[in-house]
Amino acid sequence: MSGVQSQFRAALLDPERSVPEGLVGADGQPTEKRFAVYRNNVTVALTEALRSAFPVLEKLLGDENFASLARLYARAHPPRTPMMMHYGVDMPEFLAAFQPLAHIGYLPDVAHLELAMRRAYHAGDVAPFDAERLSQITPDRLMASTLRLAPAVQLVPSQWPLFDIWRYNMQAGADKPRAIAQPVLVARRLFDPAPFPLTTAQAAWVAATQDGNTLAGAQDAAASIDPDFDLTPLLTLLLQQGCIADITTPKD
Amino acid sequence: MLDATLTPPRLPAAPGVGYKAQHFNALRDDPGPVKWIEVHAENYMGDGGRPHAQLRALRDQFSVSVHGVGLSIGGEQPLDQDHLTRLAHLLDWLEPASFSEHLAWSTHGAEFLDDLLPLPYTDATLARVAEHIDQVQTRLGRRLLLENPSSYLAFSQSTWSETDFLAELVRRTGCGLLLDVNNVFISATNLDYTPQGYVDAYPIDAVGEIHVGGHDHDHDDQGAPLLIDSHGRKTAEPVWDLLRHTLQRTGPAPVLVEWDNDVPEWPILQAEAERAALALQSATAGS
Repeated sequence: MSGVQSQFRAALLDPERSVPEGLVGADGQPTEKRFAVYRNNVTVALTEALRSAFPVLEKLLGDENFASLARLYARAHPPRTPMMMHYGVDMPEFLAAFQPLAHIGYLPDVAHLELAMRRAYHAGDVAPFDAERLSQITPDRLMASTLRLAPAVQLVPSQWPLFDIWRYNMQAGADKPRAIAQPVLVARRLFDPAPFPLTTAQAAWVAATQDGNTLAGAQDAAASIDPDFDLTPLLTLLLQQGCIADITTPKD
Repeated sequence: MLDATLTPPRLPAAPGVGYKAQHFNALRDDPGPVKWIEVHAENYMGDGGRPHAQLRALRDQFSVSVHGVGLSIGGEQPLDQDHLTRLAHLLDWLEPASFSEHLAWSTHGAEFLDDLLPLPYTDATLARVAEHIDQVQTRLGRRLLLENPSSYLAFSQSTWSETDFLAELVRRTGCGLLLDVNNVFISATNLDYTPQGYVDAYPIDAVGEIHVGGHDHDHDDQGAPLLIDSHGRKTAEPVWDLLRHTLQRTGPAPVLVEWDNDVPEWPILQAEAERAALALQSATAGS
């Protein structure tokens, strides 16, 4: 695309470029500093959007490092839609390929978790699910049933102690991260998303359920990782945190 | 062209505030003179959660204005139809009293640049912006209020004044106008004309809403004053003067206090709304 706006856009995100012709001040003269207002507005807007999307990353990296990272990210990945609430979706991949931070291997997973928290915040609402409904279904039919999880429920797989890392950075006095694999479930009971640590077997159960498997299928997926898998603690968590939207029982 | 009489603006001729989630309780418990709120459309385009719940609660108490910042009406390229659909959905369920957007562009190619960028005022841009406004009003089935930009520079190729450009858009599309007097003051200072002269030349009958807000001070390369539209502090005294001058022409109108950055505690924003209420009272008394 040619035209004024192409030149304007090119100079906007690249401070090395000269100011497009025809942009003048009150005296009719070209003006570097006046154009810089737009450059600065865009840089600040995108940096602030990333800052509010990734508070834990900012804490881990420090203000200045995060600001540098945000500028590089914004140049490589300008927003693709006016929905700024989801800006930053490419951050995990960007971090995974970013050599200067390659020594902090868990950063991409932290970015995944923060994006999941944001998606959960804006996800659709569901009516409260009555746990009594589960006890009214015979065990055989229950295992052939399918649970539908609430749109706010997000699963973030990780080989890192992801929940511990999140908590250590967000809660004063929290324990240091342990050396364990810690997938995270994000749930939103009313309006505020919260992360919960899962075992890898529990994560496999949630993933299988999100894929539309029956309770029996999800049980198999979890048992393939942990033969002694017991659903009870996970089901309690899901019910308490409003993660279950509905259950579909098989037709007779 | 949209028949403007179908959906006349229904915002009350009273003070409103740009809504911030942290003011939810304070605003509802102690609104002071505030009769309406304005929200940025794009912040409510998620599927649910707290943003939607707050709006559903607030609309029982206040009139609501939806203010878009992402439509890129001044863009060289066709309008983003997906974004128009999202807007239509929001306006459908929220049923706000007013919808407004900007004389600016922000989308280029597949990129959204998250700022309100300026355009030259020529016959070609006039035709394109009019066409875009027409599409928006037809798709949304309602009249759009178009806001004047805050300018830091001018385009040497412009052949229309901003006020004539806006008047011609109103004539061609039947749209209404959102007159941001802070933007007028900023642009007039930066481009060296008188803000009162701008207001006097402005197509005042089309005004459906007025904005005030704060700006920052800087200087350009030659040391001339350069005001920045920051929405991060109290409205400056000369902008209140310009509001009173404007209200002499419009009569009572909906006046919004914008404060988007370094957002203060509610009482400070409420005090700004009180100043808008005073300006409205003096306009009524003087008219």
